[in-house]
Amino acid sequence: MRAVETRGLAHRFGDGEAARTVLHGLDLAVDAGEVVLLTGPSGSGKTTLLTLIGGLRAVQEGSCRVLGTELAGADEARRVALRRRIGFIFQHHNLLGFLTAEQNVAMALEITPVMPEPERLARARAMLAAVGIGEKAGAYPATLSGGQRQRVAIARALVHAPGLILADEPTAALDGRTGHETMTLLQRLAKEQGRTVFIVTHDPRIHDIADRIVAMEDGRIIDGTRA
Amino acid sequence: MSGAAPRAAAILPALLAARLAWRQLRHEPARLAAAVSGVVFACLLIFMQLGFLTALFDSAVTVQAALNADLFLLNRTTEALWRSAPFPRARLAQALALPEVERVIPLHVGNAVWRNPIDGQKRTLLLFGVDPSAGLLGFPGLAAAEMAELARGDVILFDERAKPQFGPVPALLAERGAVAAELGDRRVEVAGLFALGPTFGTEGHAVASEPTFWRILPNRGPGQVDVGAIRLRPGADAEAAARALRALLPADVMVLTKAGLIAFEKDYWANTAPIGFVFGLGVAIGMLVGCVIVYQILFSDIARHIGEYATLKAMGYANGYLVRVVMGEALILAVLGYIPGWLLGLGLYRVASARIFIPLTMDLDKSVLVFALIFVMCVVSGLVAIRKLRDADPADMF
Ligand SMILES: Nc1ncnc2c1ncn2[C@@H]1O[C@H](COP(=O)(O)OP(=O)(O)O)[C@@H](O)[C@H]1O
Ligand SMILES: [Mg+2]
Repeated sequence: MRAVETRGLAHRFGDGEAARTVLHGLDLAVDAGEVVLLTGPSGSGKTTLLTLIGGLRAVQEGSCRVLGTELAGADEARRVALRRRIGFIFQHHNLLGFLTAEQNVAMALEITPVMPEPERLARARAMLAAVGIGEKAGAYPATLSGGQRQRVAIARALVHAPGLILADEPTAALDGRTGHETMTLLQRLAKEQGRTVFIVTHDPRIHDIADRIVAMEDGRIIDGTRA
Repeated sequence: MSGAAPRAAAILPALLAARLAWRQLRHEPARLAAAVSGVVFACLLIFMQLGFLTALFDSAVTVQAALNADLFLLNRTTEALWRSAPFPRARLAQALALPEVERVIPLHVGNAVWRNPIDGQKRTLLLFGVDPSAGLLGFPGLAAAEMAELARGDVILFDERAKPQFGPVPALLAERGAVAAELGDRRVEVAGLFALGPTFGTEGHAVASEPTFWRILPNRGPGQVDVGAIRLRPGADAEAAARALRALLPADVMVLTKAGLIAFEKDYWANTAPIGFVFGLGVAIGMLVGCVIVYQILFSDIARHIGEYATLKAMGYANGYLVRVVMGEALILAVLGYIPGWLLGLGLYRVASARIFIPLTMDLDKSVLVFALIFVMCVVSGLVAIRKLRDADPADMF
């Protein structure tokens, strides 16, 4: 089973004369349960690829199948539905400042509000405990350290049992040791729960958590086999 | 899931969005307080304008509402009672030709200068001249025994709710039994009281017999009438009789039913006189100011949380959810602003009633209307502000 499969995926920014192609027909496959790292120099198109896979941007050319959904020609509603099955981890954690840690995590469970509130909060607290900051459940993000915030973000990305976890430079705002710790944690939880993880990074210190590393340059995949 | 699940599933998203809105507002109490005071301000502005507007309409027709007759003749050129133009008394005699007409009663209305019996200060009041035995005037507190006193000549009855600048007439009367005063350069005796109070047309009223009226206002005479009151025989149809009279009488007079007379006077204050327009405009400006304030609050709130909203979109929240959050904020502001707005409005109404003697009353109609206006104001502001949500692009999140 493939979690992600692209064929001839291409992307342009701008129209007419100013148009710039940043992805040139990518073929990429990520198997379910794999932890894959995407590396490459700045401007090589890693983020663009991630936003396409995450359904955050409309596919222009080629095919992009994510968790069984074909994103080529998919409308906004279809992409919103897919995003609910993905866990996102952002560079700057992007927690909601006016919500406590557990409320932030519970937001991932509130999208389809069929779960009773107590169960939502219980799951959120359990996930915070799993990322090692159970005692911070009632704290607001402003009172947490960078590493703690990223752990809350990881808990939020995992709590709704997503089929795919996407992260873009998740260690960029953290120091080296904290960055490695949080990514090792993410890798361990993903392996325990059998989740697929696709991480964009140019932080070589976290290469050891990957099952496979894909390298990109100038909108092309140059090496997809390194383990 | 239980049987109630489908219905709960329909309202739950709205409740959850409202809860997020509340958590967002609550997180910054100082900003929330500023936002709420903006709504309170708009609320007060609307309450005051609306208070004056309704007081204007209510007070404008207290006299008309208290006239005991079925039909009324007015000079075609009359615009309002306080500035009515007289018409020939002969029209009343002509009206008697209609079989349904039982009785005609002339009413004279004129502005007369009153001298304050204490300090001599001069002030204009509205004087009515009428046959005391006709029972035309149904003003509150107007006793038949006092009306009978008017037959003596140079005797008047005085409006005890007139502005205090007219002098402490009720107190003097209680003290001495009768008060000597000056009205239109004529010495008169105040023999009794009634209670009308100031209106937008005048600050006080007095009632006299017809001969006394003519002596106080010497340029008015027996040949002229300001309001011709007509009583119909029991069972007669007022509308039909009015139509018959219009056909019968020359075009220099209008024929109005009692409801018509009240509507005519209200119409003057609403349309002809700038006052109705001014207060109506005041309500509109209050709403506009409120809209601008609430819009500013919501717009800057969305701008400050744009990253968080984009995150929610990335997580799979649809645009409609964010719209509900912003509208939830708007409605929370409406409710939080309305409650203190209502209480302060009540206080201001009390102050206004005590200081400027225009009774502003807080009733259910007004309370509901102002809440509806504040609600609409917040919804409109919210609907304009949500355009800003388009800036929340989840593709920018990485
Ligand atoms: N929204 C955008 N509009 C125009 N150009 C963009 C936009 N986003 C990215 N680009 C360009 O596309 C190229 C690839 O960018 P990106 O995918 O962010 O690369 P990476 O994440 O590998 O650094 C860069 O040259 C960048 O300038
Ligand atoms: Mg990037």
